[in-house]
Amino acid sequence: MADLTKLTASGLAGKIASGEATAVEVTEAHLARIDAVDEKVHAFLHVDREGALAQARAVDDKRARGEKLGPLAGVPLALKDIFTTKGVPTTVGSKILEGWIPPYDATLVTRLKAADVVILGKTNMDEFAMGSSTENSAFGPTGNPWDLTRIPGGSGGGSSASLASFQAPLAIGTDTGGSIRQPAAVTGTVGVKPTYGGVSRYGMVAFSSSLDQGGPCARTVLDAALLHEAIAGHDPLDSTSIDAPVPPVVEAARNGSVRGMRVGVVKEFAGEGYQAGVMQRFNESVELLRELGAEVVELSCPSFDKALAAYYLIAPSECSSNLARFDGLRYGLRTGDDGSRSAEDVTALTRAAGFGPEVKRRIMLGTYALSSGYYDAYYGSAQKVRTLISRDFQRAFEQVDVLVSPTTPTTAFPIGERVDDPMAMYLADLCTIPSNLAGNAAMSLPCGLAPEDGLPVGLQIVAPAMADDRLYKVGAAVEAAFIDKWGHPLLEEAPSL
Amino acid sequence: MPGITREEVVHLARLARLELKDEELDHFAGQLDDIIGAVARVSEVADQDVPPTSHPLPLTNVMRPDEVRPSLTPQEALSGAPAQEQQRFKVPQILGEE
Repeated sequence: MADLTKLTASGLAGKIASGEATAVEVTEAHLARIDAVDEKVHAFLHVDREGALAQARAVDDKRARGEKLGPLAGVPLALKDIFTTKGVPTTVGSKILEGWIPPYDATLVTRLKAADVVILGKTNMDEFAMGSSTENSAFGPTGNPWDLTRIPGGSGGGSSASLASFQAPLAIGTDTGGSIRQPAAVTGTVGVKPTYGGVSRYGMVAFSSSLDQGGPCARTVLDAALLHEAIAGHDPLDSTSIDAPVPPVVEAARNGSVRGMRVGVVKEFAGEGYQAGVMQRFNESVELLRELGAEVVELSCPSFDKALAAYYLIAPSECSSNLARFDGLRYGLRTGDDGSRSAEDVTALTRAAGFGPEVKRRIMLGTYALSSGYYDAYYGSAQKVRTLISRDFQRAFEQVDVLVSPTTPTTAFPIGERVDDPMAMYLADLCTIPSNLAGNAAMSLPCGLAPEDGLPVGLQIVAPAMADDRLYKVGAAVEAAFIDKWGHPLLEEAPSL
Repeated sequence: MPGITREEVVHLARLARLELKDEELDHFAGQLDDIIGAVARVSEVADQDVPPTSHPLPLTNVMRPDEVRPSLTPQEALSGAPAQEQQRFKVPQILGEE
């Protein structure tokens, strides 16, 4: 039988539904791949071997009983360790939650289980999803399968690396400032940040509640759409969940086309700091869109140049408030409780021992931005910038159907290069942050390898809120044209490990 | 806008309940000063008459029916507690001894 780990999710689901392969065989093949390569990659923090095989057996039993299987039944998935899983450890990449076993499932996890998706385990991430390299994980970095000495992106570097190293055909990420799209870009995979409110945040450990959004990661646009459909939709347990039908993402992914569409190129996403090879592949993508029948329009979003500054006030402000719950009193780590110290002192000792440097930096930055005397100047102004960015998008979407840009200014950088230079690290999210501030939908998909370093480049597509299907329609057309041009999917050029 | 001093970082760490060591405070003070210097450019819009956006969705008071539903058992709710006693979270002293 062909190597099951090389197949797409939709291909695997087809084999399982037809009886050509069992869900147990598919799961075992992926567990064996994890055993073979994850020592080098370190995509997983926890592999739930028994749980995965039990889920797979249940799918095979369903099929034996003649029950109809869903479109992803029996397909394995790597879950970012930010979603609570009942009975399975959830760390958020932090020492403060090391050893914590949640007593409940996140809504997204409940939906994956209902769709008979097999959860292989939990993937590595920057602590509390704060970072662009996965180096901020308390449990060590993850390697980029294209070059293990380089970062796999972040915060969802474990998820992107698991896809690019064929340890899983599907993964889940969360995107607060680019943590799905940037890892997808630097690993040659597909990642989608749905419209804010499109996927439930219940059971997703909160970092910045007005920006955080869970979403699908995969190796193909269609697989991402199938996963998107499985996890999206209204959830009464999340008050910010959108109570409206899920956009027809799978139908769009099956009918890729850009003919007659208007595509906007944001001129602010270029210039200083953008790698030449990234811009070359991006410009070729724009040319490809024209060849496929799209009308390309250059436009300006003048407030985007303040997006990074606004983000690094809003996200830390919300984080300083959200992470106050880690007090060492009810769950997670507690240190220094020797019977003589006050609760306040124990909390301060616990947080100092449990949080890593980036989390501490952001908590203090947020505490500063929200403190009296600075609130209006920093947080208040950042909220105004947020309005101006939304208006820029509104004006742009009056002229075009989607926007395109490079997903990241550079390809994957070496592990260690930016880890103690926060401002340099933050630049990795320059192109992705505006969509989080405005709450619209965005995708990254591979558009080639940068000539100077042979590393993947991501093309970002942005659509208005609730028009997530447009991402898939455009993405599927671009993906098909690139595969036609290259003769094979980009990941076939990745080292075999 | 002025930068941030080491004294301010000490104060912030206390407000944020982070018991930081001296070398951490030294390190963070420089980095936070850099970051604050970079993000201060948002103040360019401070005088503009623009409404603030706190959230991408225009939501207010999302309600659900007030119904009794299954929830965690006390054992489950306490399962992650660092210390517990008599089906309660056991915490260090909150009020001083008097």
